[in-house]
Amino acid sequence: MNAVITVLGKDDVGILAAVSGECAKVGVNIVEVTQSVLQGMFAMIMFVDISRSTVPFSELADILTEKGEEKGVKIHVMHEDIFNAMHKI
Amino acid sequence: MINSHDILETINMIDNENLDVRTVTMGISLLDCIDEDIDRACEKVYDKICRYAKDLVKTGESISKDYGIPIIHKRIAVTPIAMLAAACPTKNPVKFAETLDRAAVQVGVNFVGGYSALVHKGFAPGDYALIESIPEALAMTERVCSSVNIGTTKAGINMDAVAKMGKVIRKSAELTADRECIGAAKLVVFCNAPEDNPFMAGAFHGPGEPDCVINVGVSGPGVVRAAIAKAGDCNITEIADIVKKTAFKITRAGMLVAGEASKRLSVPFGIVDLSLAPTPAIGDSVAHILEEMGLEECGAYGTTACLALLNDAVKKGGVMASSHVGGLSGAFIPVTEDAGMIDAARSKTLTLTKLEAMTAVCSVGLDMIAIPGNTPPDVISGIIADEAAIGMVNSKTTAVRLIPAIGKEAGEELNFGGLLGGGPIMDVNMKSPSKFISRGGRIPAPMQSLKN
Repeated sequence: MNAVITVLGKDDVGILAAVSGECAKVGVNIVEVTQSVLQGMFAMIMFVDISRSTVPFSELADILTEKGEEKGVKIHVMHEDIFNAMHKI
Repeated sequence: MINSHDILETINMIDNENLDVRTVTMGISLLDCIDEDIDRACEKVYDKICRYAKDLVKTGESISKDYGIPIIHKRIAVTPIAMLAAACPTKNPVKFAETLDRAAVQVGVNFVGGYSALVHKGFAPGDYALIESIPEALAMTERVCSSVNIGTTKAGINMDAVAKMGKVIRKSAELTADRECIGAAKLVVFCNAPEDNPFMAGAFHGPGEPDCVINVGVSGPGVVRAAIAKAGDCNITEIADIVKKTAFKITRAGMLVAGEASKRLSVPFGIVDLSLAPTPAIGDSVAHILEEMGLEECGAYGTTACLALLNDAVKKGGVMASSHVGGLSGAFIPVTEDAGMIDAARSKTLTLTKLEAMTAVCSVGLDMIAIPGNTPPDVISGIIADEAAIGMVNSKTTAVRLIPAIGKEAGEELNFGGLLGGGPIMDVNMKSPSKFISRGGRIPAPMQSLKN
């Protein structure tokens, strides 16, 4: 099962490390990352495989949302089906 | 592969444009709870609702978390209670309202709909007693919603019921005068009421429905408005296309939630209601969509045309996104629940007569409109009759949810708070239709009904 983690906010040192660190801790495998910094705004989209995750999906979402607050960025963790449903016929 | 533009668009819709799934409504048949002993019937009703809906709220919340999309309401619609009341004719049906309220609290839903009667062709046993009891039921409960269907395209309009409902609406407001007349805000009078509507206050579980079903109402006026704003100067054909594409996306999110809720609760999926349902929150207004199309203020000439386009494009976009479509499906125009409409009503650009015209092309009717406290019941009945006639002739649902503001006059305000919002009391033409209303009888079904 795949999920999409998005991180949006002001650029800072260690955002990627913080997010990937949390993922590694709970067995979430990062499949693909796209990341850019535009005019100081950090935007990252991460595709992750959560099939071997050691925590339930909702807990993963809570962990990362909290981490985002700590780093001053907005983190969303959403099941990939929502994007497939909305953007593919 | 999903592209990053699509991902960011979805997140922007949720974070900044109020994209949400408005309601996941569980329809529950209570036909097997009918009993001539009202206490036993109530016991069965309570047990069945609590058994079927015990995981509804929890499941809604977990789906919301998994997909990152807010699901605002989890609600319940039940079989019209008049059908249960028919079996115990000597008892006051408010006992059922009390039971529904208790069950709603127990399972954690904020509204339960179905304190209802279908009387479009006449009163069956249970109907009259239930209608009589509506004001008391709405005054003594918090979460129960009531609706009465007084006409259909097939059957015509039951004018005895129209006359009665004018009085019932007024009484419902009077009994809750100390609470901003909230009773009347929980009561809808329908023509062509859908049996699978997930939205309150008019939701009930029709007699043709299965034992239990999940219906979902989508929303997202803010998303539509933002999409039109982004498009800038384009012609009206392009606007219609933008609305269609946006409605498709919104509805697909609803369909996903509906499918998931149905799977997790092991309850069949019924329909997705393709609706644009506003809330008083800034950025969640249907009126603002119409204004974005190019009107100075909602209610200006052109409003009906813009609304017709909007309503049609929402359906065209949504219908392909869902395997089953139903309910009310279209744009809602509840005045006190829509920030743009509240402003337009305050400035008197939006009047009751304009709203009546708008209801000919939108999905519901005269919805959440505060009227002066001294409006006589017959005038309310006259408004109901006009609205029902629009629905009957155009083979569409129309509804009336008026709130007589007891002790207040036009220009003053009512404030319900929360999603019901608040707004100015609108001017009403007080010329009397009393003789017409008191004639009783039925308006015959129009030619449109003879389709066979």
